[in-house]
Amino acid sequence: MTTATANKVKAPKKGFKLDRQMIPTLAAVVIFILMMAMGQAMFGTYLRLGFISDLFIDHAYLIILAVAMTLPILTGGIDLSVGAIVAITAVVGMKLINAGMPAIVAMIVMLLLGAVFGLLAGALIEEFNMQPFIATLSTMFLARGIASMISTDSLTFPEGNNFDFIAEKIKLIDQPKAAHDLSINLGVIIALVVVVFGYILLHHTRTGRTIYAIGGSRSSAELMGLPVKRTQYVIYLTSATLAALASIVYMANIGSAKNTVGVGWELDAIASVVIGGTIITGGFGYVLGSVLGALVRSVLDPLATSFGVPAEWTTIVIGLMILIFVVLQRAVMAVGDKK
Amino acid sequence: MAEKAKAQGNTLVKKLLGSNLTWSIVAFILLVIVCTIFQHDFLALSWNTTTGGLAGPLITMLQESARYLMIATGMTLVISTAGIDLSVGSVMAVSGAAAMQTLSNGVNVWVAILIALALGIVIGCINGALVSLLGLQPFITTLIMMLAGRGFAKVITSGENADASAVAGIEPLKWFANGYILGIPANFVIAVVIVALVGLLCRKTAMGMMIEAVGINQEASRMTGIKPKQILFLVYAISGFLAAIAGLFATASVMRVDVSKTGQDLEMYAILAVVIGGTSLLGGKFSLLGSSIGAVIIAMIRKTIITLGVSAEATPAFFAIVVIVICVMQAPKIHNLSADMKRKRALKAQAKAVAA
Repeated sequence: MTTATANKVKAPKKGFKLDRQMIPTLAAVVIFILMMAMGQAMFGTYLRLGFISDLFIDHAYLIILAVAMTLPILTGGIDLSVGAIVAITAVVGMKLINAGMPAIVAMIVMLLLGAVFGLLAGALIEEFNMQPFIATLSTMFLARGIASMISTDSLTFPEGNNFDFIAEKIKLIDQPKAAHDLSINLGVIIALVVVVFGYILLHHTRTGRTIYAIGGSRSSAELMGLPVKRTQYVIYLTSATLAALASIVYMANIGSAKNTVGVGWELDAIASVVIGGTIITGGFGYVLGSVLGALVRSVLDPLATSFGVPAEWTTIVIGLMILIFVVLQRAVMAVGDKK
Repeated sequence: MAEKAKAQGNTLVKKLLGSNLTWSIVAFILLVIVCTIFQHDFLALSWNTTTGGLAGPLITMLQESARYLMIATGMTLVISTAGIDLSVGSVMAVSGAAAMQTLSNGVNVWVAILIALALGIVIGCINGALVSLLGLQPFITTLIMMLAGRGFAKVITSGENADASAVAGIEPLKWFANGYILGIPANFVIAVVIVALVGLLCRKTAMGMMIEAVGINQEASRMTGIKPKQILFLVYAISGFLAAIAGLFATASVMRVDVSKTGQDLEMYAILAVVIGGTSLLGGKFSLLGSSIGAVIIAMIRKTIITLGVSAEATPAFFAIVVIVICVMQAPKIHNLSADMKRKRALKAQAKAVAA
């Protein structure tokens, strides 16, 4: 993933001249390499194939959420409801499976439910002029509240379901020691497909171009005759549906669902996007950066465990990281303005 | 003469009908009526001789509303500058955790209160500095603070739920939450006094106008000689301070802090109170009285939910629906729609008059 980003750094500007807006992304690359190197040097397990496999398998959901969050942030908006949508779709999906529905039906219902919340957010923003963060804050409370009304218990899969095929590990490199196996599962493949989807959507479609245009200046985009309203709907619909997809992957992976799952995930997703170099005010950024940000965020957890840092500190560290990167963005922009 | 008086009466009625406050009070009375239907002694008040105060469902409602009054007041000022403070709930957790933890470590109760309030101000100042000096977006700054603040509260108590109910000498703090002044809950009285002080500060000095000016157009306000950075810094600091008081109210009633639940979702309640009070989320004009009534209505809605026996889990969904409905009603589209209807009706009346 790092090589892909590095290629992109050079792509827009020919020659070796570095775009100053790339600085945050480069910083993220450096941080990721430093974290991995530190983990490897101190604990010696971080470059094992098994560790890398687990990193991807355990955080496939976060990669999906990071891609989802990139779209609204690129327009200068935000989607705070992703974590709550994960919760409500997980609870509803688990209830359906326990009621004897086939897994595929449950998955479709979950995706549709996510789409409904996305549509609601889009309508509130576009039809009723609500600010994106207020609109998605209300859908977040709505989704979380309904999830809690349905069930507050920890639900698990019944015997003999066919849902966890998503979490089935596929060994790519089989070695005598399990810690050296390179394995992936369908969840990781789904995440990679989502990344490719996000990349194509943003960089090779008209919708993607409109998204960047809205982020640059919404009124200019409207004056140019771009379909701003429709694009806004597409953005919030996509981010909510992807959140439901993340829920499917996560649920299959851990095998249970609860109404409190996904609390604070919107912040993890925002952190991934911001660390990956997408400007929080919109107009500049890319999906691959967000994937890199998600990886940085993912390595934090094992690092914290290795160092024996209590869980409560990780939230402070994540908060600080978002802050540092937002300030960095601000500084980079300010320097650019002066020039 | 009679006609003139009638016309004047009509304009008064129109003014009343057009005012946000009237509708808030109507909503409040409706809620009380609903509660009374479901629980016949809802309005009953009795004198509790052991606590020396009034007792009854309405009184517990007022007791709970004190914390909403505090955060709603801070939120009003912040929203008026076209910002938002999502960290109020976490600040409550931090101040509550600080007070409870220091108390159980044997610190004097007044020192504990001071530490809790100081922490609130510090977090508010950090928010203010990031928003005003660095020019970060308010919602992302305070969102970070909301996350980090809750982590910080957990760090203070090392992840436990600190309990100070068995500590000696905590009476003053307990009185803040459970005591009475002339039979009325002390925390409600304190909250009203603080809101009144903030109101005086805003309306008897130029403060309020400056805040509104910053909210309407920051650049224009700077050109008229207002220092928007100072104003922004100030409103976030005030919001942090008031949230810390709310945190003391919330934890002192049971002398226990639940680091993951204290203040949870309360940023939403505060925003809702402000919106009910008629302050636009886009900044500009604000009404502290409106927000205060909004805060009491929030407490009343919570009381209604409990009285009706709806499960506590449903509360966030319910509040989300209320926010959505109010925001939709404030939307320009709906306003235009009602204006359109009025115009059409006037045209019809005109046509009728011409025909006659």
